[in-house]
Amino acid sequence: MATLELTSRDFYLLAPELSMAGVAVLVIVLDLLFRRKDILAWASVLGLAVPLAFSVALWLDLGDGGSAGRTTGLFGVLVVDKFSLFFKFLLVAAAALVVLVSCDYVKRFQRFQGEYYALVLLSTSGMMMLASTTELITIYVALELTALPIAALAAFARDSRSSESGVKFLVLSAVSSAVLLYGMVLVYGFTGTTSIAGIAAQVAAGGSGNALLFGVVLMVAGFGFKIASVPFQMWAPDVYEGSPTPVTAFLSVASKAAGFAVILRVFYVAFADESLNLEWGAIFAMLSVLSMTFGNLVAIRQSNIKRLLAYSTIAHAGYMMVGLAAVAARTADGESIGASGVIFYLAGYAATNLAAFAVIIAITSRVGSDEIRDFAGMARRTPYLAAALGFALISLIGVPPTVGFIAKVYIFGAAVDANLEWLAVAGVVNSVLSAYYYLRIVKEMYLSEPASDERVPSGLPMRLAVLAAFAGVLVFGVYPAPLLELSKAAAAVLVS
Amino acid sequence: MAEIPGLLTATVFLPLAVAIVIALFGRRVVVARVLAGAAVVVDFALAIAVFALYDRDEGGFQLIDRVADWIPVESFQVQYFLGVDGLSAPMALLTGLLGAVAVFGSWSVKHRVREYFVWLLALQTAVMGVFTSLDFLMFFIFWELELVPMFFLISIWGSGRREYSAMKFVIFTFIGSAFMLIGILALFFSTDPHTFDMTLLPELIRGASMVLPVGLIFALLFVAFAVKLPVWPLHTWLPDAHTDAPTAASVMLAGVLLKMGAYGMIRVSVAMFPDVVTDVAWLLATAGVVNVLYGAVVTLRQTDLKRLIAFSSVSHMGFVLLGISSVVGVSGSVSSLGLTGASLQMFTHGTITGLLFLVVGFVYDKVHTRYIPDLGGLATRMPLLASAMLLAGLASLGLPGTSGFIAEITVFLGAFPVWSWLTALAAFGVVLAAGYILWMVQRSLFGPKVERYEDVKDASAMDMLPVVALAASVLVVGIYPAIISDVFASGLEPLAESLQEAALASVR
Repeated sequence: MATLELTSRDFYLLAPELSMAGVAVLVIVLDLLFRRKDILAWASVLGLAVPLAFSVALWLDLGDGGSAGRTTGLFGVLVVDKFSLFFKFLLVAAAALVVLVSCDYVKRFQRFQGEYYALVLLSTSGMMMLASTTELITIYVALELTALPIAALAAFARDSRSSESGVKFLVLSAVSSAVLLYGMVLVYGFTGTTSIAGIAAQVAAGGSGNALLFGVVLMVAGFGFKIASVPFQMWAPDVYEGSPTPVTAFLSVASKAAGFAVILRVFYVAFADESLNLEWGAIFAMLSVLSMTFGNLVAIRQSNIKRLLAYSTIAHAGYMMVGLAAVAARTADGESIGASGVIFYLAGYAATNLAAFAVIIAITSRVGSDEIRDFAGMARRTPYLAAALGFALISLIGVPPTVGFIAKVYIFGAAVDANLEWLAVAGVVNSVLSAYYYLRIVKEMYLSEPASDERVPSGLPMRLAVLAAFAGVLVFGVYPAPLLELSKAAAAVLVS
Repeated sequence: MAEIPGLLTATVFLPLAVAIVIALFGRRVVVARVLAGAAVVVDFALAIAVFALYDRDEGGFQLIDRVADWIPVESFQVQYFLGVDGLSAPMALLTGLLGAVAVFGSWSVKHRVREYFVWLLALQTAVMGVFTSLDFLMFFIFWELELVPMFFLISIWGSGRREYSAMKFVIFTFIGSAFMLIGILALFFSTDPHTFDMTLLPELIRGASMVLPVGLIFALLFVAFAVKLPVWPLHTWLPDAHTDAPTAASVMLAGVLLKMGAYGMIRVSVAMFPDVVTDVAWLLATAGVVNVLYGAVVTLRQTDLKRLIAFSSVSHMGFVLLGISSVVGVSGSVSSLGLTGASLQMFTHGTITGLLFLVVGFVYDKVHTRYIPDLGGLATRMPLLASAMLLAGLASLGLPGTSGFIAEITVFLGAFPVWSWLTALAAFGVVLAAGYILWMVQRSLFGPKVERYEDVKDASAMDMLPVVALAASVLVVGIYPAIISDVFASGLEPLAESLQEAALASVR
């Protein structure tokens, strides 16, 4: 056996994650040194430039090698390819926006502001690790690194609802991790390896068996929790409602992106064999229909906007799983449309949901309530924010000219190509259902009389965040080609 | 062949561009209003240019604006592709005309003026885009884009149960377009190479192995058009939306939005699925006649002016369906006459019903009721509006000399050889139309004077501007129909020929 010694190259490959954790530590130190707390947010955002710069450098190192462009390090546990780097970009951007929208919000916490930002960054570094590992045990460790800071963040407001939300997340997260681990054990027992490539080779050689299939099902359940898919969604509404709103935004975007990243990696690579992919494709198809239908139907009845968005998140997990189910959809060159569909959808959804949450945070912290009826007349009280939220909601429905439309067309197209027309029909019918409750918020903002004529002010960081996310929604809605190309490049890595 | 790069792009996007300017800088009402007015005047001029420059002898698609790699991804080839043929050029003209009418007919809107014009202009871009897009996904994007402005126009500036009607309109249209999207994707993945190009699709579909049964794809697409047209029994959104919408939105709804359904039927259902259309033509013809008669009978019972006109639209759209269904021809000889009639009906119904809604809107502004039994003797109080309403009414019932007559007679001429009995039944709809129109005109314009309308004034010069424009178009097309029927024919003859080939092929 080769000597286990870390080289400087390993550190370079791990630099985005390491520097992310470093920024987190730096923020805590700054918190101790300075009395003015608003520098913490700016330090976090500027600090994010470091992991971003390392990711860009790694991307450039890969060159134009196409799908072959990948480097492994850390004893084969870590892989740097376009897939993992795509998610690093996405996660860094999401973390930056979450920090920006938190700026005004965290002022209400008397203490521990530095820890708040540090926990966000630490969790993000776990997610980045998740996107770039190809070994089951490391996946498990990265998942825990992701989940524990979120549990602390969920309880950050330290009132009864927030504490409940933190504990709920912690307990259910632990249960799902146990299920996942059990699934991993079964897969390991069947294949004798924890490396994803090794599993793929074993499955291709030895075919599948019931024990393996059982392991796969348990892993679906474990990951299903992370992405809030029905029937593992029960934690989401309570946690979303109870957590501080920026944490909810972080959960619904970054956590979900990381979850799908690891699902894509595990299922599209380890279990890619034909003997197996029809099985889990069918499982994801079922979960997809259940998630979108359940999420949309329950969302219709919600009066609390955070709870409504929780159910909307469940529904969108369903739309994304359409791409997983469409594993058979391939272009003439053998590129997977399903995988690139999921990746594009995640990026579009991240921009859309962050735009929505940014405005919701700005408005709810002003009016001091999360009820939808308190959005009445916001079009007059804060026309630009209302317009941004309106566009975000239209993007969530999937109406042009927004990125949500392109994402839905692309991912449903994958389903049609994979002969899953019924799934595409279920998806579009669900989109119609969802129009009803998203438009209710639009209606409240534009049609109802405002409760007062008081304006809704927002700080510079908030405005920056709204502008950036809104630009993402609109620009990629009108000219999606660059993002589509990136998604395809990322997905190409999986299939080769 | 006319090629002016950028002309169609400007025609489609000018209203939207001005809408964005108004949204950002139109804080003052006057600025918003003047900008909107200027935008629609220029856009109407551009639409006239498109119509006039279209070379009708040449035929085919002209004035093409194309960026082949808007979304160049292999599994998702979308082009930016605008162009007009003989079918779409007159529809672009109609959209330009009614867009201008809608803005100038709304000069007296007082409530949230800036937003109002923003949505109205955005709506015009959407509709113009539907008629000129030659990429199926772009077509769909514009088709969906129209939902949001209409939702706001009805729910903010409407009357009655406006929020309910707006939501109903959105849900109905959205369900239809959801199915259309699946149909479009199925077509995309069936063709080799995969394409959304509407000029290539008719050719490529023939002989392609489809991912879904071809009849099913046809149905998925047809449902969306049928909701929009609307075909009974999918019409229930229409009376609500038309009645509760503000005047300008009613004008646009009845004038051009319904035509999107008819346009889709011809451009997609007939052109891409000649075999299926041949098989189900009897069904379309029957549905058309049901529309004509059901619409007319229900119209007879209406007491609200706007609801009456709304239901009469259901009846008149039945003629469009009948005209389209006659394209299958009889015993292998296909004629484009019925299709031309249907297209003429699309155009003339747009101007006639637009005029009716406009005049009724003005009348409502002055007397504050649309309840017919409360009206009476308005002809002496407001002679200008009354004359316009009378003209539109007579055109609507198909009086010779007006455009309504030309359209209906062409439909009948085209349909009679194919569906003799059904056409005879449909002709009865004209009799009913005479009934409800004359009854409406008599009860509201003539009869004893009502005292409380002593002081109402006639339309202002500003109001008369759009009224005169529409009235003129009704008469011009009525007296000299060739001005648009030639263009329609140049676009529809190739279509009929392709159906002829399909018919011959199936005989062999």
